[in-house]
Amino acid sequence: MKAKQQRMVLVVIAMVAIIGAGLMAAWALSNQANYFYLPEQMAEAPPEVGQAVRLGGMVQEGSLKTEADGVTVNFRVTGNGEAAIPVRYSGILPDLFVEGSGVVAEGSLQANGVFLATNLLAKHDENYVPKELEGMTQQQAAKVAADTTVGLQ
Amino acid sequence: MSTAETRSGLRLWLWIPLALFAFFAGLAGYMLTQEKPEFVKSTMVGKPLPEFTLEPAFDGLPGASSGDFEGGKPRLLNIWASWCLPCIAEAPQLEALKDEGVEIIGIAIRDRPEDVARFLERHGNPYTRIGADAISAVQLELGSSGVPETFVIGSDGTIRYQHIGDIRPEHVALLKAELEKAQ
Amino acid sequence: MIAEIGLAALWLAAALAVLQMISGAAALRSVDGSTHPLAIYARPAAIVQAVLAVLAFLMLLRAFAITDLSIKLVATNSHSMKPMIYKLTGTWGNHEGSMLLWVGVLALAGGLLAGLEKRLPEKTMGATLAVQGFIALGFYAFLLLSSNPFERLPVPAAEGIGLNPLLQDIGLAIHPPTLYAGYVGLSVAFSLAMGALLTREVNPNFARAMRPWVLGAWVLLTLGITAGSYWAYYELGWGGWWFWDPVENASLMPWLAATALMHSVSVLAARDALRTWTIMLGVLAFSMSMLGTFLVRSGVLTSVHAFAVDPERGAFILALLLIYIGGAFTIFALRASAVSEGKRFAAVSREGALVFNNVMLSAILAIVLLGTLYPLLAEAFDARVSVGPPYFNPASAIFAIPMFLVMAVGPLLRWKEDKPLRVQFEMLLIAAVLIATLAIVALAGDYPLLPVLGLGLAAALGVAAFLPLRGRKLSRVPTAVWGMVLAHFGVAVSLLGMASEGAFTEERLAAVAPGDTVEMGDWLITLESVAPVAGPNWTAIEARVAARLGEGEAVTLTPQARNFWSPAQATSESALLTRWNGQLYAVIGAQTPDGRWQLRVWWKPFVTFIWYGGLLIALGGVLAIIGRVQVDVKRRKAAELGEERRADLAALTPEPAE
Repeated sequence: MKAKQQRMVLVVIAMVAIIGAGLMAAWALSNQANYFYLPEQMAEAPPEVGQAVRLGGMVQEGSLKTEADGVTVNFRVTGNGEAAIPVRYSGILPDLFVEGSGVVAEGSLQANGVFLATNLLAKHDENYVPKELEGMTQQQAAKVAADTTVGLQ
Repeated sequence: MSTAETRSGLRLWLWIPLALFAFFAGLAGYMLTQEKPEFVKSTMVGKPLPEFTLEPAFDGLPGASSGDFEGGKPRLLNIWASWCLPCIAEAPQLEALKDEGVEIIGIAIRDRPEDVARFLERHGNPYTRIGADAISAVQLELGSSGVPETFVIGSDGTIRYQHIGDIRPEHVALLKAELEKAQ
Repeated sequence: MIAEIGLAALWLAAALAVLQMISGAAALRSVDGSTHPLAIYARPAAIVQAVLAVLAFLMLLRAFAITDLSIKLVATNSHSMKPMIYKLTGTWGNHEGSMLLWVGVLALAGGLLAGLEKRLPEKTMGATLAVQGFIALGFYAFLLLSSNPFERLPVPAAEGIGLNPLLQDIGLAIHPPTLYAGYVGLSVAFSLAMGALLTREVNPNFARAMRPWVLGAWVLLTLGITAGSYWAYYELGWGGWWFWDPVENASLMPWLAATALMHSVSVLAARDALRTWTIMLGVLAFSMSMLGTFLVRSGVLTSVHAFAVDPERGAFILALLLIYIGGAFTIFALRASAVSEGKRFAAVSREGALVFNNVMLSAILAIVLLGTLYPLLAEAFDARVSVGPPYFNPASAIFAIPMFLVMAVGPLLRWKEDKPLRVQFEMLLIAAVLIATLAIVALAGDYPLLPVLGLGLAAALGVAAFLPLRGRKLSRVPTAVWGMVLAHFGVAVSLLGMASEGAFTEERLAAVAPGDTVEMGDWLITLESVAPVAGPNWTAIEARVAARLGEGEAVTLTPQARNFWSPAQATSESALLTRWNGQLYAVIGAQTPDGRWQLRVWWKPFVTFIWYGGLLIALGGVLAIIGRVQVDVKRRKAAELGEERRADLAALTPEPAE
């Protein structure tokens, strides 16, 4: 094999591997990317049971209940419409997580219609508003922003 | 395989990194030009001022209520806090507006009386009244999403204009024009 | 005065960068034998520029040290009551300061290159310095035109407004500067690659000049990523050590490219093969570091590592990216076909293994890059997605597993051509260790697939790392080989930590009243008390937690939930108990309505090995640098001796008679 041909073979192998990686990434991304749902979207066209997705909205006033174990909370997330998705989460709540605040829950929908969250993202500081909340109506976004940008105490 | 073929084949491969990079750059450029809704405009502009009554934010000035905006002339409603740095930056502009005869009513968000007093002592006091909004309740009703914000309230008691962020020197004329319009 | 001196130094340095560029370009026009009259300025310009840029950074450091509140950057990022160490780290804890640090290190690297590198032909050196000057100029423009760190306030502020408390941590003191220095080291590799490409000097000599820079950058990137991972681990309080967050990926991608580059540059230096590939990786590695900066600073991607972002600055960095990387890839496409082919080699050879792993590393890089950019792409089509571990872990593992296998065997092979049968004992040993470990773990319990494979590979790699030393006299093994052995062993150690954390972590989450005890595996965790405490700029709820292993002595942990007041922000401070075989990780949460406290504890066996491994890898890199420098010095001395001898001989030889 001449040196030139060898280089050609190497280029082809490298390209095949990288393109393979690209195709595999594209395939895996379409399966594994974590789609974002607003409550009304989730009510209308729910994701498959068990599929990892993100749910973003507002914690409905008066819906936050802590169970007897002290670490499991249940609350409802509302969005633009009437839809309210029940969410269950076990863990330490993020700072500034209160009723009426914006939240993005990572997790999956259960067969019983409850969204089981594995992680909650709320506001961490004034520089970070969950990007997904931008899609909400102005009034709600204003509320989210108010609760989050002002959050002192 | 002839040498020439190998060469031209190779040359084509060499452009692939550039093509991939161009694709990324195009995408990134497009994303950068997309406007980010950083500021949230209130849907309350054009509507009557919601009713509220707030306790005084400190001992020096009376509290504020929606009734204080009734009658006669347009006024400014300034949402601020002693813990907010842009509020320090806008203090001279508020002072300038006050000197031109504009009545400014303040709402202090999540603040403490002693901090309010210290802030006014240090940066001047352009307000005629300051209400204390400890839980941002009035702020939310106004559709305000941050501190500082300034609303122009017309003589008829409707919200005419919303200014988001600190008032810079170049905004003073703009606010005055809005006040004129709100007669 | 401080700010004025700093600013003047920056402008002067920018002017010198222009001179360096012109003078370097002039060197390209030198005709054989004679030097272009302008070409002599490139080296001195680079050295003086380094002094000025470092001076500018020291000025800013001083401004932060004395909290000069008339400087806008200090007023917006510092606070007079902050502890001194955080005042200093605050210098680069913000956009402007970190960019100044970046150009400071960039200029320093350029100065060192100009002052120390004497092996390359003057033409190549001129082209390299011109490219280096061009890069520096772009960043000076960025600093001076869009993010001036020395901007004054019209009226000095009464008090500063602090530093993001999430970033107020000793991790911040080490992590970003290390990464930046690594990025900048890659810029030197980039300049050298472009210089060599422009002057058609892609040869082993060039590779030897490039290698220490690549190694140095790689060591710093390794340390930076290790420190960053540990920082996220204990600071975010989520118990994880890698989140596949855009900011983390932004540091991982240059590392992957640099790892590939480091190996391919070694092949070029030793065997004169992989010429075009090395040049491409040189460009790619630096593009990845610029891309990382762009993603982090422009705000096109959201991250848990909050940075103040600004689309305008993003546009500026994107423009720089376009000029440098677009330009480099264009030159690459036009010129690379003129680079003559290197030496050939058989598929089964050390080169073959290195090429295979280079391709695997590039594939992993592609996986990470696509996963990081996918949300950006989806957003252009109005879909909102986030990409996390369910994508990154398996997708990168598909390429990482064969890579680890080849990595175990590769160093045992000979250059150019080898027979698998020659190393059959070693291969059988590695396979035996791998299969035995997999069998033991599979029998011990039901664990997820990837961590189990990781444990097997870690054991096999750990053994394989030392096999290249077999049958050699240890005292005669070159330092660079020790470096390789150590770095490869470090990979095994790190992999063991990751796999063990993934497979064996135990977790307990409970609401407990003071005095209550919860069980977690063999551990007994007692919440003793909860009390308020105060620090220099925060107040906190601090829990005293006693942890006891079986009948052992109780150790007290004090996790906190902190509230900072300038600016107002809450963070949770995890408490760690480190044992040789793992770490106990405790976080305190909120109080429940009935007065109990939320407590979350993890026992993470061998989790610390992740970072020990990272340190070993970096140490291996340092040994490799030392080894290379030793060889260089020896070679230079030998050459000098040879010269002397020749001169002596010439003196002794009687002049030929006329």
